[in-house]
Amino acid sequence: MLDLTFEAPKPKVIAGAQHDWELVIGLEVHAQVSSNAKLFSGASTRFGAEPNSNVAFVDAAMPGMLPVINEYCVAQAVRTGLGLKAAINLKSAFDRKNYFYPDLPQGYQISQLYHPIVGEGEVLVEMGPGVGRVVRIERIHLEQDAGKSIHDMDPNMSFVDLNRTGVALMEIVSRPDIRGSEEAAAYVVKLRQILRYLGTCDGNMQNGNLRADVNVSICRPGDYERYWQTQDFAHLGTRCEIKNMNSMRFIQAAIEVEARRQIAIVEGGGSVDQETRLYDPDKAETRSMRSKEEAHDYRYFPCPDLLPLEIEQGWVDDIADSLPELPDAKKTRFMGDFGLTDYDASVLTADVDSAAYFEAVAQGRDGKLAANWVINELFGRLKKEYHTMSESPVSADQLGGIVDLITRGDISGKIAKELFEIVYTQGGDPARIVDERGMKQVTDTGAIEAAVDQIIADNPAQVEKVQVNPKLAGWFVGQVMKATGGKANPKAVNQIVAKKLAL
Amino acid sequence: MSELTRLTITEARDKLRSGEVSSVALTEACLAEIDAADALNAFVHKTPEIALDQAQAADARIAAGQAPTMCGIPLGIKDLFCTKGVPSQAGSKILDGFLPQYESTVTQNLFDAGSVMLGKLNMDEFAMGSSNETSTYGDVISPWRRGNDAANLTPGGSSGGSACAVAADLCLAATGTDTGGSIRQPAAFVGITGLKPTYGRCSRWGIVAFASSLDQAGPMTKTVRDAAIMLGAMAGHDPKDSTSAELAVPDFEAAMTGDIRGRKIGIPREYRMDGMPAEIEKLWAEGADMLRDAGAEIVDISLPHTQYALPAYYVIAPAEASSNLARYDGVRYGRRAKLAHGDGVTEMYEKTRAEGFGHEVQRRIMVGTYVLSAGFYDAYYNRARRVRALIKRDFETVFADGVDAILTPATPSAAFGLGEMSDADPVAMYLNDIFTVTVNLAGLPGISVPAGLDAQGLPLGLQLIGRPWEEGDLLNHAHVLEAAAGFVSKPARWW
Repeated sequence: MLDLTFEAPKPKVIAGAQHDWELVIGLEVHAQVSSNAKLFSGASTRFGAEPNSNVAFVDAAMPGMLPVINEYCVAQAVRTGLGLKAAINLKSAFDRKNYFYPDLPQGYQISQLYHPIVGEGEVLVEMGPGVGRVVRIERIHLEQDAGKSIHDMDPNMSFVDLNRTGVALMEIVSRPDIRGSEEAAAYVVKLRQILRYLGTCDGNMQNGNLRADVNVSICRPGDYERYWQTQDFAHLGTRCEIKNMNSMRFIQAAIEVEARRQIAIVEGGGSVDQETRLYDPDKAETRSMRSKEEAHDYRYFPCPDLLPLEIEQGWVDDIADSLPELPDAKKTRFMGDFGLTDYDASVLTADVDSAAYFEAVAQGRDGKLAANWVINELFGRLKKEYHTMSESPVSADQLGGIVDLITRGDISGKIAKELFEIVYTQGGDPARIVDERGMKQVTDTGAIEAAVDQIIADNPAQVEKVQVNPKLAGWFVGQVMKATGGKANPKAVNQIVAKKLAL
Repeated sequence: MSELTRLTITEARDKLRSGEVSSVALTEACLAEIDAADALNAFVHKTPEIALDQAQAADARIAAGQAPTMCGIPLGIKDLFCTKGVPSQAGSKILDGFLPQYESTVTQNLFDAGSVMLGKLNMDEFAMGSSNETSTYGDVISPWRRGNDAANLTPGGSSGGSACAVAADLCLAATGTDTGGSIRQPAAFVGITGLKPTYGRCSRWGIVAFASSLDQAGPMTKTVRDAAIMLGAMAGHDPKDSTSAELAVPDFEAAMTGDIRGRKIGIPREYRMDGMPAEIEKLWAEGADMLRDAGAEIVDISLPHTQYALPAYYVIAPAEASSNLARYDGVRYGRRAKLAHGDGVTEMYEKTRAEGFGHEVQRRIMVGTYVLSAGFYDAYYNRARRVRALIKRDFETVFADGVDAILTPATPSAAFGLGEMSDADPVAMYLNDIFTVTVNLAGLPGISVPAGLDAQGLPLGLQLIGRPWEEGDLLNHAHVLEAAAGFVSKPARWW
């Protein structure tokens, strides 16, 4: 293992009209639990089904219907907690959060306010080689998602789709440890990466399977350190919560505009109201969601339909034993075992599929060479066509074959690229393609020497010039490569050209 | 009056098995009595076709020698139970036209045991009331009268329709539910047996929720033995109700040995209320004497937090109700108010709930909303929860001291006249639950047994409270009390 120590990134500083300001950010990430059934019913969670087709009686809050906890969702929350190095609470409980809305059939959301299933954990958010923020996780709790209200299908009516109602969410609450908009986005990226490694949330933000509420406040330089020493929030500014952000780009942009809004208020002698706001990407502004008179009183109280959730340490231990290698560990191992750079290791561990692919290519081969080919050729090519890793037409075996041919000196880097293109577009065994198409490079020095002699003999004028300007040797190398159809080993050609021209 | 409908479950079971009567004959007799008793307003929805189909099926099972305990027994079902394809409105206007697509676990259990459903029984709206005067279907009239006085009396509530139907011999027994006394108080008012089992003994799945942590279904029957038989068919673990206990259902009837020699019966001194009618006091003393005569030891006990039970109950129950009733919003089922042009979702909620809920339900929703609101939660709801824990501990302490059952009056008075309490402070009505709510708060089994008549000839009941999960033992004590009290009075038929 490499001993990696991280230096904390510098907080983002925004210059106001009067002072410098720093940001303090905490996030509540709502991650849809990967599970076939809902949190308290057997209804399917499949995305894109006909409206109101994935609805059990309890999801529609029919009279007398009762919730029953889905054990798999609990296991997923525990798995997530373990992946975030968090404390698992063997006893947790469900509460009702009461409010009226047509897409909330029960009139309450079952959540975990007082006793969440997961306690304190942490996430390392790397902002560059050796620079990283440890963001503390305060808690993770399980709760039901609401349905979907559709107001723009008919001028006189609203429609409700309950397919999403009751789907399990994990709300992952961070401490206010994030100090800039880029860090906030990087935190969500890292969290999503870990969740995907764990298989507990697919992280699909377009479908709303991962959303974030972002709490933003501003403070003067030094205030945050005072907060940190005392854990007294009084040192920090009043926060606003920007709801329901579903893209990294919007998260960053919203934080920036919200911070500037708050700075303008405070520098203008006003004070920031604690409230929930919505980000409007078209106007690049945040807007208050509701006035104080409409402020919700959620009347939380323990859900009497559910007993406290008690789980056993042995069960938690079994889940812990089944955890996969997580991104930080994998990255460290890749750097140690394969000699990769920090950057390459980060790219290759960004998702489980890429990491597994790379490991298969690198197994028994030169790790750095394998990394180059996976990142530069394969990823580059996939990206060009908007393909994902799982859609790669080149298997790890095939790419490994290409790397082997390079390593053995059978083909040059240039030929290898041609070969890669053939394999990518037509498929096939790389070694066989090289044989069949005569792509093997010439390493036979005799043949190369003959070619060099011939070119020297044919170009006496050039020979004279190169004696004055040795850089022109490249011209001879090029001519040899041309003469051999690019198959000559470039290293050997260079050496022989230099020798023959007595350079 | 049909002799058949006067049968107890026990008697009918024997006659059905011996072939002396058929379930169809029994059912037809009940249906005829029900049709003749519209004046009582007990049945709000009659299901003769379902009843006769079930009766025929029951007769076939009996003929095949495969008759479970309740096979062929015609029952009334409280409107709080969702019954598949049959109107189930919990006595509320807001559930107008609601036809469940599912059958409650308790009624399904009863049907699986061969029982016959005659129809749905009137009740206080959402089980909120002690007089059956809050139903959208109107008041239930007790079959009992004060001598020759024609004034209509309450059958109690909220299971008033169930109590009335059993007392008037419209059915052999009925289902009830009990959140603060809704089985035991009406049973006492009409001179029948009403058992509230231990919380978790019967599944709540498919029963319209009032206060989830207190609600429990139970039998309302003509005898204690009938209660034992019927509970056996209603009870059982249900994976669809997380609060249902994973316990096997014992043979409750077999526990009724009639022998309570050496058993310790506690008399809680805190239940001796100021201003308690002498008749109640006397009945209670007589009950103790009967149990002593049967060989039990009578001991004075203390349940020190009793005085806080009623206030705690009237915080916890409305709090849960305010949340449980949020689903009646006019969006998916039941009633939706007619909306004016331009009305939005808020107006839909307000108008629907204002016209769909009666006054008592609205009062409790408002109380419940208030006690859960920010700033008041600790002072009311959390304090009430602490009181509840203390009340539970009071009982645990006396049971740990060797007490087997606790004897109390079932109600502070005999049945009152319909409308007599309408001008009173709602708290006066809530006082009806004073002896019964502690049992719900502690989750214990309690049974009301008819024990005598007051000076005006109205039934009075005694309550026995048992250890958790020991309904068999409780029924045995109740059975001894029943035998000693020898209550055989029936209301004189006037309807």
